[in-house]
Amino acid sequence: MTASVFFGCTFIAFGPAIALFLFTIAREPLRVIFLIAGAFFWLVSLLLSSLVWFISVQISNKDSAAQQKGLLIFGVVLSVLLQETFRFAYYKLLKKANEGLLALSQEETMPISIRQLAYVSGLGFGFMSGAFSVVNILADSVGPGTVGIHGDSQHYFLSSAFMTMAIILLHMFWGVVFFDACEKQRWWAVAAVVISHLVVSCLTFQNPEYVGSLVPTYIIMFLMGVWAFYSAGGSLRNLRLCLSCIDKDFLLANHRPR
Amino acid sequence: MNTSDSDDDFYNERTALVPSENPVVPSYKPDPDLTPTNSTPTTRVKPGASRRSGPACVDSGGSDQEVDADDEELTLKYGAKHVIMLFIPVTLCMVVVVATIKSVSFYTEKTDQQLIYTPFTENTPSVGLRLLNSVLNTIIMISVIVVMTIFLVVLYKYRCYKFIHGWLILSSLMLLFWFSFMYLGEVFKTYNLAVDYPTVGVIIWNFGAVGMICIHWKGPLQLQQAYLILISALMALVFIKYLPEWSAWVILGAISVYDLVAVLSPKGPLRMLVETAQERNEPIFPALIYSSAMVWTVGMASPVDAQRSEYETDEEAEQSAGRAEPESRRPRSGPDEELEEDRGVKLGLGDFIFYSVLVGKAAATGGDWETYIDSSFIIIWIGLCLTLLLLAIFKKALPALPISITFGLVFYFSTDFLVQPFMDNLAAHQFYI
Repeated sequence: MTASVFFGCTFIAFGPAIALFLFTIAREPLRVIFLIAGAFFWLVSLLLSSLVWFISVQISNKDSAAQQKGLLIFGVVLSVLLQETFRFAYYKLLKKANEGLLALSQEETMPISIRQLAYVSGLGFGFMSGAFSVVNILADSVGPGTVGIHGDSQHYFLSSAFMTMAIILLHMFWGVVFFDACEKQRWWAVAAVVISHLVVSCLTFQNPEYVGSLVPTYIIMFLMGVWAFYSAGGSLRNLRLCLSCIDKDFLLANHRPR
Repeated sequence: MNTSDSDDDFYNERTALVPSENPVVPSYKPDPDLTPTNSTPTTRVKPGASRRSGPACVDSGGSDQEVDADDEELTLKYGAKHVIMLFIPVTLCMVVVVATIKSVSFYTEKTDQQLIYTPFTENTPSVGLRLLNSVLNTIIMISVIVVMTIFLVVLYKYRCYKFIHGWLILSSLMLLFWFSFMYLGEVFKTYNLAVDYPTVGVIIWNFGAVGMICIHWKGPLQLQQAYLILISALMALVFIKYLPEWSAWVILGAISVYDLVAVLSPKGPLRMLVETAQERNEPIFPALIYSSAMVWTVGMASPVDAQRSEYETDEEAEQSAGRAEPESRRPRSGPDEELEEDRGVKLGLGDFIFYSVLVGKAAATGGDWETYIDSSFIIIWIGLCLTLLLLAIFKKALPALPISITFGLVFYFSTDFLVQPFMDNLAAHQFYI
């Protein structure tokens, strides 16, 4: 409960995402705009799911803790499904906008490709999701207090930060895989994304048994990362060329749309 | 403290003129119909730009085709660039306001002093009466603003420039010296710093004098932008402090409606102001507009040197607030290229002020952080994006307030009532969605 906890948890939670933003998105205004639009879509999905949850709570029995917990679980599942629905809606919107622009401009290439859009929209979803999950917790961590004084886990802040980082990166991977699957009409892949999102959220029901929730989440994150890498066109050869800096074309920092 | 009349004046003329101001880039497309010679600019908004594209049309001749084809892509790219150029100052202003609200408690202390424009108190026990009072306050405030705007437009129409200038100078004087003195005092009180009067005097004097020069005369662009952001933030803080709770929200809503009406309806005062300025090929006063780019044509051999008016900086601002054109891609002489790539967009200071009031109010009412992030940044960005998108489509001055403020209000209240409990419950159990 000091500044070091605050800064530590902030950097754990948002470090990779902010690094990604600074290095790949910040310089291109178009990408920034689509990132923000993605964040907005996530926000709307959250609003809808909270509306439904709120209504269900109002008509339920407020004294029964079990019922409230059940409603909360229902809220979580509904929220996940709504998020994925909005991801699909955003995809449709982007496709339409892109097609419209292409028709108008008679150019052959678009200023931003659908893969870049997948990446930035996934990251936009991730930013908002992470922000809403963890910012209140971070704000509390600056102030005085003792963690877990009533017998709860002492690792609340740290685990929240790690979970948030995983969720942000997962959203990005889900975005890439989702858009790619929609492009190629592979609906099983879309279903896999939705199911993995549900799995990750449901794993958090086990908190505070962090081993049960964090470890599988990270495993899923790595798997999704590999899947996103391959669906974005990566391969072992690319990776090797990039890492050994042999071919300048493959240097990620210099990557330009062709 | 009942603020004085001149106090009201300046925030009125800022709100009066400003909410409408997006006399921005009227066109993102080049004008293929411009004659090749330096013809007199007609009712085109940006005289400098049309003069500049004069020579371009001569050598562009056959590349008009290419121009059209690249048009949309460039429109998109430059449009995006302009959006970002406005995001940053708006965000900075909001950040300053939120940081102040969270740290300096003066601006959130309940006070019984109210502005004379909101005479009805909200300290009544019954909800109905409170609502009624806030609506009455709003009506008074908006009518004061309307009267001031019409007064300003009348003055402008009858070319009473000296009067207007005097008014603007007086109001920025008040803001830069008096309000910043108060602000500094409160910051020192919050952090328990003991500072003597001579030091404060020197600081405020320097701050104010440089500000006056930068805003009304010449100064480095970034310094001018910084000052405009600061005075918008100061004004927003004054509003947040002295407007009663519910009145502030109703006023925000009412002023977006007013903005819409004033800019878009044919007889709207702000529209008349913009049109008069366009007819006369004059810029709107620099103290009321934030411009994201200005080009110094001193020493450059360019057609713009031919016409220098007394409003030197304004003229330059006008020229620079021009279009993003494909011309910059053609090989051109050095200074001209520089001239064209530095174009920017303009946003009225009232827009800054009211965005920051929205954000600051959200921060001040003690909600959790999510509420600010939510209601403020993302929503205002989206609103600004949409407004600029509409600007690119319609190519004339548009009100910047309605979309952002409406979204902001809707999302703020819905987050406060709906999302807040949901997220709190989730965080308590550490569920993640």
